[in-house]
Amino acid sequence: MTNSNTEIQFKSEIPFYRDERVIKAVAQILSAVLVIGFVIWGVINFQRAAEARGMSLGFDFLDKPAGFPISNPPIEYDPSMSFGRAFVVGLVNTLLVSISGIFVATILGTLLALARLSSNWLLSRLALVYIEFHRNIPLLVLLFIWYFTVFAKLPPVKESITWTSVAYLNQRGIYLTWPRLTDAGHTFVIPFMIGIILAIISFVTLRKRRELTGKDTYYVPISLGLLVIGTMIGLAVSGWKPFWLDQPVLEGFNFQGGLRLTPEFAALFVGLSTYTAAFIAEVVRAGIQAVDRGQMEAARALGLNTVQVLSLVVMPQALRVIIPPMISQYLNLTKNSSLALVIGFQEVFSVGKIAINQAGRAVPVFALVMLTYLALSLLTSFVLNLYNRRIQFVTR
Amino acid sequence: MSRKLFPVFALLLVFAFLLAACGGSAEPAPVETVIVTVEVPVAAEAAPAAPSGSGEILSRVIDRGKLVCGSRTDLTGFGYLDENGRNIGFDIDLCRAVAAAVLGDPEAVEFVPLTAADRGPALQTAEVDILSRNLTWNASRDAQWGNFTNVMFYDGQTFMARVDSGINGPEDFDGATVCVTSGTTTEKNVAQYFTDHGWNYEAVIFEETAAVYSAYEEGRCDLTTSDNSQLYAVRTGFANPDEHKIFDFFISKEPLTPAVPHGDDAWFDTVKIVMYALINAEELGVTQANVEQMKNSDDGRIRTLLGNGDDWGYTQLGLDADALARAITAVGNYGELYDRYLGPNGLAFTLPRGLNENYSNGGVIYAPEIK
Repeated sequence: MTNSNTEIQFKSEIPFYRDERVIKAVAQILSAVLVIGFVIWGVINFQRAAEARGMSLGFDFLDKPAGFPISNPPIEYDPSMSFGRAFVVGLVNTLLVSISGIFVATILGTLLALARLSSNWLLSRLALVYIEFHRNIPLLVLLFIWYFTVFAKLPPVKESITWTSVAYLNQRGIYLTWPRLTDAGHTFVIPFMIGIILAIISFVTLRKRRELTGKDTYYVPISLGLLVIGTMIGLAVSGWKPFWLDQPVLEGFNFQGGLRLTPEFAALFVGLSTYTAAFIAEVVRAGIQAVDRGQMEAARALGLNTVQVLSLVVMPQALRVIIPPMISQYLNLTKNSSLALVIGFQEVFSVGKIAINQAGRAVPVFALVMLTYLALSLLTSFVLNLYNRRIQFVTR
Repeated sequence: MSRKLFPVFALLLVFAFLLAACGGSAEPAPVETVIVTVEVPVAAEAAPAAPSGSGEILSRVIDRGKLVCGSRTDLTGFGYLDENGRNIGFDIDLCRAVAAAVLGDPEAVEFVPLTAADRGPALQTAEVDILSRNLTWNASRDAQWGNFTNVMFYDGQTFMARVDSGINGPEDFDGATVCVTSGTTTEKNVAQYFTDHGWNYEAVIFEETAAVYSAYEEGRCDLTTSDNSQLYAVRTGFANPDEHKIFDFFISKEPLTPAVPHGDDAWFDTVKIVMYALINAEELGVTQANVEQMKNSDDGRIRTLLGNGDDWGYTQLGLDADALARAITAVGNYGELYDRYLGPNGLAFTLPRGLNENYSNGGVIYAPEIK
């Protein structure tokens, strides 16, 4: 009792301007007022300036006809459709190049990291040269090189490089023979998908059981069997002809049919994935080297071969270190896809820049482009952070 | 330690305030009551009949002593660089003429190179005082971007193809791949043209004009499209100009017109009048060489144009009597300007004047009188 009484007395002797709590509260309020005031001032100032120059800030233009073409839209688009639609076309293009780029860059980067760490001197040096080359040249320069000195220098359409009429390569793009579903093919898809899902479920559960009990549950043959059964049922239902081969054929100025990758897409995709792979290689290498040497030696001592050492001992521990910097590499790749502007691939930013000009709305369009990239980045890091949390939990 | 210092700081602060207060009270400001009668001009005649729109840009240009001109450096004939890196061209010389008239020095210009896609926002935000960058005038740009002065060059959009491409005219266009610059009227026109005819086409779109034509030259596209004058200009830069042909039909009207930002009528008028002066000079036979002797011409119209006559209103615009004579001395009359770059012995390439002939010679280049 007495103790607390004296404490209260002691506190009451402190004048309010020396009371730590008061000082902190005042500082907080002051800084909050300053920040909020600055933001409000900024917004008002901006609005006034925009009004004075007669720039409109509305988003109403989004449902007006765009009027400009987009090269090879991945979804249905023509210039009579709206600005909003044009924007969505750009977004789909961004997603296409980002997802395929991330996929290839991850595989290539991991292989490069393994090569870099290899005890083979030549392999390791070659990987080093590749990584240093890509890390020390700006991506913009690489994209120009890929587009103007590689893909634009391919032979003209009539002199296409071809591989037994299955694939054609010319300056209008890469044309591949591509399997497409026949009318009956749609009945093939459902049993096939069920087969895949069952195979994955049995693979995961049976493997887990083996890990828990130590008894062999034959998870590989069982899941493979399920996959084969699903495929066979699908084939039987669709009359054994679910696909037809769509072959590119020269008609008029260009090839028609088949799967086509435009030179713009190809240059961006190759440039982005080879560039990012160099960074991913360094991330993976750092992750692998972060695993204690003793772990590898112990695994070898147990008689595991190199592949087993990597896949069972090193990689699960390395992933802990790899995932966080990997997220930022994926985000970089997505954001760097906006450099497509210079090589004529119409992704979100290119479409945005055209819309700024054709609709005369710089501010709303830039806001929209920024929000789109922000949403994409947040979504990517959210998904990968979920995965990261799982990895961290398992290893601890 | 710091706690002990606190009272010292507090004391110092208090002293400081006290001193400040003393300093203030030592010399009390004399208080006087003055009654001022302010006459507010109500009638229109009370204020001078200055053009509406504050003259903000005009006075800014004069204060700065420099004209900021939105331009380009990559289009032969219109806006490009000579071997010494100096900006030259048909569009560039207009900026020099305005600078000569307003500032007395055709070199007092800062050229800001802009891409087609960047020029609209640059004009909207008044980042440039004048945008002279083969800019097509149309209604939506007039409403959104700025004030369009007077047509400098009547042009139209057409196509270019390789001679050996097998494309002999529009009837062969179906299915073609077309290289085009983004953010242009050209881009929308080509979409409209192919849609109207029900033809398929593939557009390959770049922001940089240089990228458009290098992709076309490499063979990425069967056709490229732009204003007739621009295609002529670009073709001269190709490795083998003879391998390319430019079609002789137009799919749109492209009146290339310098523009100024919205909101300053005085500046808008100034730029227009400089252009009228260049056009009238050609019609009246005033050239770069004979400006001085023409000042004493027998023709009153010429004397007024060159500032040796009545004040046609230049004092209201903040110009002096000699302003238009200086502009003509700097770049020559419209015809000389055209011939310097696009004439038979021009610096760039030869393009027949056609519509861009003075109206007295059957063209449509026509300007109001300077009087």
